[in-house]
Amino acid sequence: MELLLDSLFNGVAIGSVLLVAALGLAIVFGLMGVINLAHGELMMLGAYTTYVTQLIFKLPLLKPYYNAYVIVSIFFAFIVSGVVGILLEKTVIRKLYGSPLETLLATWGVSLILQQFVRSVPLAYGTGLVISLIIGLFLPSVFSSKVKESINFKYVKFSSWIFATLVGVLSGNLISSSVSKLSRASARNVDVTAPAWMRGQVEILGTTFPKTRLMIIIITLISVIAITLFLNQSAWGMRIRAVTQNREMSDCLGISTEKVDVLTFGIGSGLAGVAGVAVSLLGSVGPNVGGNYIVGCFMVVVLGGVGNLLGTIFASFGIGIMTDLIGAGRLLSIWPDMPLPLSNTINFFATTSMARVMIFALIVIFLQFKPTGLFPQKGRMVES
Amino acid sequence: MEFKNLKLSKKTTFVIWVIIIAFIIAAPSILPVFRLNLLGRYLSLAIVALGVDLIWGFTGLLSLGQGIFFALGGYCAAMYLQITSSSEFPNNIPEFFGLYGVDNLPFFWEPFRSPIFSLFAIWVIPALVAGILGFLVFRNRIKGVYFSILTQAALLVFFNFFNGQQKLINGTNGLKTDVTQLFGQMVGSESIQRMFFWFTALLVIAAWFFSKWVVKGRFGNILIGIRDDEPRVRFTGYNPVLFKTIIFSIAGGLAGISGALYTVQSGIVSPQFMTVPFSIEMVIWVAVGGRGTLLGAILGAVLINYAKSLVSEALPASWMFIQGGIFILVVTALPEGVLGWVQGEGPRNLLQKLGLKRKIETYPSLEIKNETEGLKNE
Repeated sequence: MELLLDSLFNGVAIGSVLLVAALGLAIVFGLMGVINLAHGELMMLGAYTTYVTQLIFKLPLLKPYYNAYVIVSIFFAFIVSGVVGILLEKTVIRKLYGSPLETLLATWGVSLILQQFVRSVPLAYGTGLVISLIIGLFLPSVFSSKVKESINFKYVKFSSWIFATLVGVLSGNLISSSVSKLSRASARNVDVTAPAWMRGQVEILGTTFPKTRLMIIIITLISVIAITLFLNQSAWGMRIRAVTQNREMSDCLGISTEKVDVLTFGIGSGLAGVAGVAVSLLGSVGPNVGGNYIVGCFMVVVLGGVGNLLGTIFASFGIGIMTDLIGAGRLLSIWPDMPLPLSNTINFFATTSMARVMIFALIVIFLQFKPTGLFPQKGRMVES
Repeated sequence: MEFKNLKLSKKTTFVIWVIIIAFIIAAPSILPVFRLNLLGRYLSLAIVALGVDLIWGFTGLLSLGQGIFFALGGYCAAMYLQITSSSEFPNNIPEFFGLYGVDNLPFFWEPFRSPIFSLFAIWVIPALVAGILGFLVFRNRIKGVYFSILTQAALLVFFNFFNGQQKLINGTNGLKTDVTQLFGQMVGSESIQRMFFWFTALLVIAAWFFSKWVVKGRFGNILIGIRDDEPRVRFTGYNPVLFKTIIFSIAGGLAGISGALYTVQSGIVSPQFMTVPFSIEMVIWVAVGGRGTLLGAILGAVLINYAKSLVSEALPASWMFIQGGIFILVVTALPEGVLGWVQGEGPRNLLQKLGLKRKIETYPSLEIKNETEGLKNE
C-alpha cells in the first residue's frame, strides 16, 4: 500500500511537471496548429525570471517579503514569457499560418536565439529589455478609445516605445548596479533556492513527500483550473473555443481572429513561463533547461489528442506514472519472485533514460490503435 | 501546402556543376589538410541533405530524426574499424570493453568482422530502421507536424539508448575511428583521409544521380503528388503509405552512408550525432539551398557548414544568433532557398532596387514558359 502510494505520488509529480509544461503547448497547437519549438525556451525564460526575482527579493528593501518570492515570480514568469510569446506571434508566426512545418523551423530559430541571448546578455539588461517590451506593447492600449481612433495615435505609439526604452535602460542599469550577480553574462547554470517554508518534507498517510514537489502539483492544479475556467466561463474563452472549432465561421460572425490568436499565443506562452517556475524548483537553471522537457511535452500532446485539455491531463499523468513504474523498476518490488527473464528485462529498462525508450515504444504501439490520440476531435474531414 | 516545384534551367545546373567539380578537383592542391578534411566532412553531409530533400522537398515529410540513420551508419562503420583493429587488445575485442569489465563480444558485433557485411550494413541497417519506423507511422496516416514530432521523439529515444549503453557500444564516449587500421594504415593518417575525400566527392555525385533518378518519372510524380495533395493521390488509387515508406527508407540509407563517411573523416562517432539540434540543422541546409532542388541540398549543406566553421572560429558566440536568424529568414523571406531566389525574380528585383536594370513594363509571361520547359528538365 505504502509502495503504491509512493509510486502514485512520484508519477503524479512527474506528470504534473509535464502537464503544466504541455498545457500551453496543447492550447496553442489545438487552436492554431502551430508547433512552437521555442516553447521550451519560453519555459527557460520563466525559470530565469524566478532566479532574477529571487535575487531582487534578497535586496534589503524587499528582504522582509523574501518568503513570498516564489508566488510573485509565478506572476512575473507568466507575464515575461507571455510578452515574449506575443512578440513572437506578432513578428514571425503570424506570417506563417497555414504552413505548420515552416512555423516549426522558424520557432526553432527563435529558440536558438533565445538560448544564446541568455548566455551572452547579462540578465539585468535582459530584464530591462523585457520591461521595455511590456511597457511598449501595453502602454498604447491603456489610452481611451478616443485617442486610439485619432489619426495621431501612431505618434502616441511611437512615443510610448521611446518611453519604454528609457524605462528599460534605466531599470536594467538599476538592477545591474544593485545585484552584482546579474550584471555579468554567464553560460553557467544558476540555482534557485526554495524559501524556508518550501524546504523539507511533509508526511501524508505514513509516507513522506518533498514540499517542492507538492508545490509543483499545486501550481499545476491552479493553472489547470484557471485555464479551464477561463476557456469555459469568460467571453474571450468562448471566442477562443469558437475559433478552435471553426476559424472561418468565427471570422464571419465578427470574432477578431487576429486578437484571438495573439491572446491564445500569449496565454500559451505565459503558461510555459509558469512551467518554468516549476522546473526551476526541481534543479538548476541553464540555457538548455527547456530542451529537456520539450519532447516530453510533444509526446503528451500527441498522446492526448488535439484541442482537448482532458486528453492533455490524462496523457501527462499517464506518462508520468508509467515513467515512474518503469524507471524505478516498481513492478519488481510489487512482485518480487517473477521469472528471471522478465525481471532481467525490467531491470534493463529501470533507468530514467531507458524508461524513455520504453515509453516511446509504448506510445508508438498505442498510436497504432488510436492514431489521433486519446480524445480525438470529431469531424468528417478527409484529413482526419 | 503552397509550394511550387522549382525547376532549374539546364544552364544553371550546368554552371553549378562545373563550379562544384572544378572546386573538388582543385581543393586538394589549394586547401591545407585541415580545411580539406573539413570540406570532405561537409561533402559527406551533403549526402544526408540529399535524403532530407527527397523526403521533405519532394514528398513533404519533415523528418527531424535523420540523425538516427546518420548515426547508425556511422556506428556501423566505426564498429567494423574497431573490431578489425582489435587484435592486440585482450580477448581480441575493442579496447573500451576492458574498461567496463566485458570479456565477451556482444553478439551483434560479431558480423562486423566481415568487410562485405559492414559495407552493406552501413546503408541497409539505417534504411531498414527507417522503413520500419516509417511504416508504423505512415500506416496510421500520421503526417504533418505529428510525423515531425514523432521522428524527433524517436531521435531522443535512440540518443538515450546509445548514450546509456556503455557495455554494448561505449555509451556517451562513442567509438573512435582515427586510431584504427584500414589497409594497414592509420585511418587518421593523411593519405587515407585524402582517399576518403575523393571517395566522398565521388559518392556525392553518385548520390545526386541516384536521387535524380528517384524523383524523375512516375515515382517522382507521385512523391510530389503526396506532398501537394495526399488525399487526392489516395483517392486516385495509389497507396501513399508504400511510396512514403520507400522514400523514407531511401533517405535513411543515404543518411547512413553520409554518417559513415562523416565518421571516418571526423575520427569518432558518438551519440552526439543524434542530438536534436543536429537533425534540425540538416533541414535548414536544404531550406537554405532550395528545397525541391537536389543541387540546392548539396550547396546548402556545404555552404552553411563552411560558414559555421568560419564564423565559429572568428566569433564563437555569434553563430547561434546567425543560425537562428537564418532559420527565420529562410522560412519567412526565402521559402525557395538561395537557388530559388537566383532562378526566380530575385536578382532582377535586386538590380531594379539598385537602379541597375529597367523595370519590365509588360506583364511577365515568362513564368508559364519556364514551367513547361522545366518539366522536361528535372
